[in-house]
Amino acid sequence: MAEEIKIRVLVAKPGLDGHDRGAKVVARALRDAGMEVVYTGIRQTPEMIVEAAVQEDVDVVGLSILSGAHLELFPPIAEGLKKRGKTDVLLVAGGIIPDEDIPALRKIGIKAIFGPGTPTPKIIDFIKSKLTGKRN
Amino acid sequence: MPSKKKQDWQEATLAPNLKRFPERQEKFETSSGIDISPVYTPEDMPDFDYLSALGYPGEYPFTRGIQSNMYRGRLWTMRQYAGFGTAEESNKRYRYLLEQGQTGLSIAFQLPTQIGYDSDHPLAKGEVGKVGVAVDTLEDMEILFKDIPLDKVSTSMTINSTAPVLLAMYVAMAKKQGIALAKLDGTIQNDILKEYIARGTHIFPPRPSMRLTTDIFAYCSKHVPRWNTISISGYHIREAGSTAAQEIAFTLANGIAYVQAAIDAGLDVDEFAGRVSFFFNAHNNLFEEVAKFRAARRLWARIMSQRFKANDYRSMMLRFHTQTAGCTLTAQQPYNNIVRVAIQAIAATLGGTQSLHTNSFDEAYATPSQEAVTIALRTQQLLAYEAGIGDIVDPLGGSYYIEYLTEALEKQATEYIAKIDKLGGAVAAIEQGFQQKEIQESSYRQQKNVEENKATVVGINKFVSSSPEIPELLRVNPELEIKQKQRLSQIKNNRDKGKVTRALKNLEEIASGQDNTMPAFIDCVEAYASIGEMCDVLRKVFGIQKEYLVF
Repeated sequence: MAEEIKIRVLVAKPGLDGHDRGAKVVARALRDAGMEVVYTGIRQTPEMIVEAAVQEDVDVVGLSILSGAHLELFPPIAEGLKKRGKTDVLLVAGGIIPDEDIPALRKIGIKAIFGPGTPTPKIIDFIKSKLTGKRN
Repeated sequence: MPSKKKQDWQEATLAPNLKRFPERQEKFETSSGIDISPVYTPEDMPDFDYLSALGYPGEYPFTRGIQSNMYRGRLWTMRQYAGFGTAEESNKRYRYLLEQGQTGLSIAFQLPTQIGYDSDHPLAKGEVGKVGVAVDTLEDMEILFKDIPLDKVSTSMTINSTAPVLLAMYVAMAKKQGIALAKLDGTIQNDILKEYIARGTHIFPPRPSMRLTTDIFAYCSKHVPRWNTISISGYHIREAGSTAAQEIAFTLANGIAYVQAAIDAGLDVDEFAGRVSFFFNAHNNLFEEVAKFRAARRLWARIMSQRFKANDYRSMMLRFHTQTAGCTLTAQQPYNNIVRVAIQAIAATLGGTQSLHTNSFDEAYATPSQEAVTIALRTQQLLAYEAGIGDIVDPLGGSYYIEYLTEALEKQATEYIAKIDKLGGAVAAIEQGFQQKEIQESSYRQQKNVEENKATVVGINKFVSSSPEIPELLRVNPELEIKQKQRLSQIKNNRDKGKVTRALKNLEEIASGQDNTMPAFIDCVEAYASIGEMCDVLRKVFGIQKEYLVF
């Protein structure tokens, strides 16, 4: 059997907050689960994240934010990805995001929001379930 | 016959019992990986010498506390970190907290203020007033402290790369109110090194940043003598995932770097070291945390005495603020957080903290609501006034377990500091990613332990049940971003533009040279130059520092 093509993931931190513990743990867990992971580091603008997603040709973009600026910063990322032709990229997010904001984020195409306390296998399973077969 | 030795007891009494009733888990250990034996006795500490290890409170090596009678004289300062929205809203929250019996203020600034951008900068979009209050110019600070007498409260400001700007604003405000600078009481975090390690609000490279730090030391030692010029922070290192031993080690290693930098800048150690303060985390493991505070106090005293040859005992006293561990709060079953915070606050006060912030139970969702922050403050008041914690100095001192842990933590921290020394000191180690990597390893291990059920988090991997909705989460009104930008543009239009230009030009010249930068910052803020304008000047002179990313 041919070697399975690895799922490519960009873990990105939009906004100005430096809380990167979660993003780093998730990035490492995805890597340990066999995915190719690029982690952007902190303080990324929406433009930088879109550019990195295009350059790295990723299947998944995971956004982590804890500053409360998600409603302002996620939409330009979702739009930017569409504009650059990354229409099939799986967009997920995590951090401190109040429940009442989730519908608005789903509307712009964020497929899952993993809040505090989410075990990493849940994120891995979700990504795999959405992407299995897609790359081939 | 009762056993005469621990070994005898293990064989005669413990072993047969374990055969019948095995222990719940294969081994017991602290966050720092210290193996925990079922019981501790004098035999576990054969070299323990009371006077050299502990001594008396208020005396070297200060293991038992920095004051002779600790909380019997004055309770710890109850100081809730707060700030959101505009200066008006935060001012209201501060006055509310003071009315509720809080004894000190602690200012949370928005991220743009912390990273040196004005509220109208493109990178500030969506961040204005979110994690703290928006401060662009002196005018915002004046509103923030309206009707709060600066000579009667002590104020702590969590500000690092832009610390000189905010300190300059505080000084300018006091001057305007006619309050002598010698009467100002407070703390500025001013700890840039942990920003590179764990917190992430750095702007400039480490070396010019350290120069700003030591400029503050020198300025305050002459003009604001009661000000704590730095709060060297292990808090964020622990939040990023370190162990207790790493928290002590990396914090004190940063402390060593600051003290050395100030000495290299020509200051006498006893001139500034008495105003150096610390900031620690109070995490879940009650006994390890109490031991951690004691170990940190003893180790710092030894470092200041032996490494830096300080003569004044005040230079050797590790005074610290504590905040309960935000990273232990769960979004699941959020009311459990009230209990977690209470236990952590017990650790901090048994450990002899000088001031304390207790987290609010809703912080896994949002900036705390007024109801949540009131419960958090009441938790401290319960400990202080009902539980008797303040009646006695270092009540756990002399517990075999606590003394064993204190020693074990001090030993681990000392080994780490030796490693950092070998790498060339804290700054060089940060540049090589050493601390960052160590913390990431610990953090990942903790996550794995929870996922593999080796560690329990109530409500997450055990005793799971549905969570009640929290009523009334605080929302920051997005309109305020517009309001804040309007205020800034009004100030920019109404100020004396020539004065601003001259002050910024002067800041550029001073920053490019060797002189103390503080007077130049004060001139700038008095001319109503904005934080973004001042930091743009410094970015030009010092350059910017990207994250030291290890992944």
